[in-house]
Amino acid sequence: MSDLFESVRRAIAKQQNGQANGGIDRRSFVKLAGIGGSGLLLAAMAPKVLSATDGSPAEDTLLVSAELNAFVKIATDGKITIYSSNAEMGQGIKTALPMVIAEELGAKWEDVVVVQSPIDEARFGRHGAGGSTTVNRTFDQMRTMGASAREMFIGAGALVMEVPREELTAANSRVTHVSGQFRTFAQLATLAAQQEVPDPDALVFKERQDYTIIGSAVSGVDNLAITSGLALFGIDTRVPDMLYAAYHKCPAIGGRVVSANIDEIKRLPGVVDAFVVKGNGDVRELLDGIAIVGTNTHAVFSAKRKLKVKWDESQASKDSWSAMAARAQSLKGRRGSEEGLVKGDVDSVFADKNNTTLEAFYEYPFVAHLCMEPMNCTGHYRKAGSKANPGTKDELELWIPTQAPTRAYGPAKSLFGLEPEQIKVHQMRLGGSFGRRVYNEYVCEVTEISKRMEAPVKLTWTREDDIHHDFFRVGGFQSVKGSVDNKGKLVAFENHHMGMQTNGKPVVGSGFRPVEFPLQNIDNALVTHTMFDIATPCGPWRAPQSNTNAFVVQSFLDELAHASKRDYAKFLLEILGEPRWFEPGNIRSLNTGRAADVINLAVEKSGWGRAMPKGSGLGLAFFFSHAAHVAEVAHVSVDKNKKLRVHKVTVAVDVGPIINMSGATSQVEGAVIDGLSTMMAQKITMEKGRIQQSNFHDYTVLRMPAAPKVDIHFIQSDHAPTGLGEPALPPLAPAIGNAIFAATGHRVRKMPLSEEGYS
Amino acid sequence: MPTYTINVNGNDHELEAEADMPLLWALRDTLGLIGTKFGCGIAQCGACTVHLNGAPMRSCSLPVSAVGKQAVRTIEGLAGDQGLHALQEAWIEQDVAQCGYCQAGQIMSAAALLARNAKPTDDDIDAAMAGNYCRCGTYNRIRSAIQSAAGNRQAQWVNAAPEIQS
Ligand code: FES
Ligand code: FES
Repeated sequence: MSDLFESVRRAIAKQQNGQANGGIDRRSFVKLAGIGGSGLLLAAMAPKVLSATDGSPAEDTLLVSAELNAFVKIATDGKITIYSSNAEMGQGIKTALPMVIAEELGAKWEDVVVVQSPIDEARFGRHGAGGSTTVNRTFDQMRTMGASAREMFIGAGALVMEVPREELTAANSRVTHVSGQFRTFAQLATLAAQQEVPDPDALVFKERQDYTIIGSAVSGVDNLAITSGLALFGIDTRVPDMLYAAYHKCPAIGGRVVSANIDEIKRLPGVVDAFVVKGNGDVRELLDGIAIVGTNTHAVFSAKRKLKVKWDESQASKDSWSAMAARAQSLKGRRGSEEGLVKGDVDSVFADKNNTTLEAFYEYPFVAHLCMEPMNCTGHYRKAGSKANPGTKDELELWIPTQAPTRAYGPAKSLFGLEPEQIKVHQMRLGGSFGRRVYNEYVCEVTEISKRMEAPVKLTWTREDDIHHDFFRVGGFQSVKGSVDNKGKLVAFENHHMGMQTNGKPVVGSGFRPVEFPLQNIDNALVTHTMFDIATPCGPWRAPQSNTNAFVVQSFLDELAHASKRDYAKFLLEILGEPRWFEPGNIRSLNTGRAADVINLAVEKSGWGRAMPKGSGLGLAFFFSHAAHVAEVAHVSVDKNKKLRVHKVTVAVDVGPIINMSGATSQVEGAVIDGLSTMMAQKITMEKGRIQQSNFHDYTVLRMPAAPKVDIHFIQSDHAPTGLGEPALPPLAPAIGNAIFAATGHRVRKMPLSEEGYS
Repeated sequence: MPTYTINVNGNDHELEAEADMPLLWALRDTLGLIGTKFGCGIAQCGACTVHLNGAPMRSCSLPVSAVGKQAVRTIEGLAGDQGLHALQEAWIEQDVAQCGYCQAGQIMSAAALLARNAKPTDDDIDAAMAGNYCRCGTYNRIRSAIQSAAGNRQAQWVNAAPEIQS
């Protein structure tokens, strides 16, 4: 650790002297001709022998000797650089995917240095991350990169040791012959890079039982930097002569600036300039606002508080949560006008007096993303012919904490006329995202401001901006009805889903699809929709749709189980029925066998079914989303003042093989605590288009004393691995709600719990 | 603009700032010490926690003019000449961070706790850490890392006995 420690000290010193910035300025890679289709993989696999003088960045402090492919470089001192090409937001991808490469390569993990790759889709494939898809999407790509480099090392080893390659294996950063003689990767690097690139289709991947890195618990590659306070996050970016900016938009979303006290603002201490920006009206790009630019963040934040703006709200949001809730109440128990799914005949089942039939109305609010790092971006627009850019074309350099770095290109073209080759994007670490940073509007804002100022600018949103101008998790209402026959079997399910739409299109996260559990599993089902028109921007929020639908469905099925005196675990298993995969081969479709396995495991590990003392209870929920089967059992107690204590949540997960055991357990622990945090007290409301919450005093996060124990069990089935950033969240809310019912007899049908009197 | 001399991580720094500039922004923007993070600006989240004469302090709500001669310590100054602080090591060992953004503040609160209570109980930890939000939900690992840095017990998080089925 001591070398590392020294380098941290140096980096901190550099940072403080304003020399460093988070951007990684790497030598531009030579692009191969004819890229496209499978050529992409070939381009990524092109090897190269490098010399220390070919312009490789000194900051590497690596004596680079060979680049085996886009993702793997070996230095003569034995260090192996592996590039991570996706956004790291806490989901652990920057550690997990390099682990896959290192595994196939036969590297010793201790020799690996992980570096965030430059943005270059021709070399690295798609950047960005989201929807818990990255692991699944890139697993084979990473294995290919590792295995192809490994084969090249083996080829080099065969030449050097003059033995047949079949007698060689690669492990521990060495190529070893059956006789015991070996060469290190470092020794072979130059020659390895001169080997022919293997045909990707001919590569043989390691068998699972031979894994030494995949499946182990590895500490995150940025942990030293994180715990030492090194620059990593977007908000940490500092570039020479940088100015600081704030941007003030209309509190009623979409309002336009009529006038503002700009002259007064300009005279405030530390303010360099202030001006009105006319937007294009697109909430994902550039809305009208006032830019305030100054010498430090405090100056622009203080000035922002003194702004007096006259807004034209004629085109702005008029949304009202109370009106939505009232309208939903009036539709309660009725059917929606749009049909989503008609299956069998629910009405005759409901009419059958031998069946137990229940109706219930569920409600869940809008919620905010609340990334700990507020939205921010640093940009430097360099006009052609300026001192900073003597060339003939404008240039834009961006340091973005984003899930989707290449999405910056679209608006850069439409708003500023820039082509991708005029733009250089630095992927910065994200201080949380949860789906928020798939949108890049702060990029457009900083571009506009930097262009006006002809200087590099860091734009930082206040927490208030961050909450008011979120793309929210959409709220909604569901009026559900179900029947259980006299044998205790679920025979009909109906849902009137009241969701939200903008311009006639359902917003992200609003829906109840025909594959939603238990619709595929029963013969009589009806789904209808009523869509309310809203202007409030909504976007993906950790497990979109699933995070609300799980609450409704898994709570209501528990109601039905209780009404018909069934054990909920047995009731659920019976609904699932025989082990079968609805669409074999499609990991995004429900596999009832895997579902039953996680339910049974959670039941076993949690002691489900045991007698509980008065005031405490267990609640079970299962949900399938993002290709993951997850069951959770919550153990809670509730006192007479409705003080809720969540003691433990037992989680059983099947996402296939786990790549990083530490990262995977982190994601599950995080999802449970985040889920509880959200259901306890989080609710965004809006009136006259204005979001009514503004900061952590009126929109609270769960604190440490309330964090439950999380007991995690993985079933590492042989299905393809998939991501774990989201799917452990949806079952949490119904598991808690069901446990509260078991403890108190009170059914939770409305979120957050604070509105039901719980604390 | 007034000038202040503040002592940060053992060094005196002279800086020009408005009297009401929070220490947070003096550290981040003026001194380039970006390890201390901005989360809310209203003393609710703890992301900006530093030590003032050894006590945990929300730097977003402390004007630079009120610092005076008091010693400021930030995450950048937590490691000593001997190497990382035991908490930093425990944080790495136990892979506490998810996004990592809150963690500098968490570590500074924890360091202040251990400095006055070398053997905290879980309840002591919960009380001392209740002012620090973690949106990613790393609380259990934070508690466990503090315990292991205090020598009280070993890593707790590896509680997932993987069940292999094929
Ligand atoms: S930024 Fe200081 S407490 Fe949140
Ligand atoms: S690790 Fe992300 S907020 Fe704590």
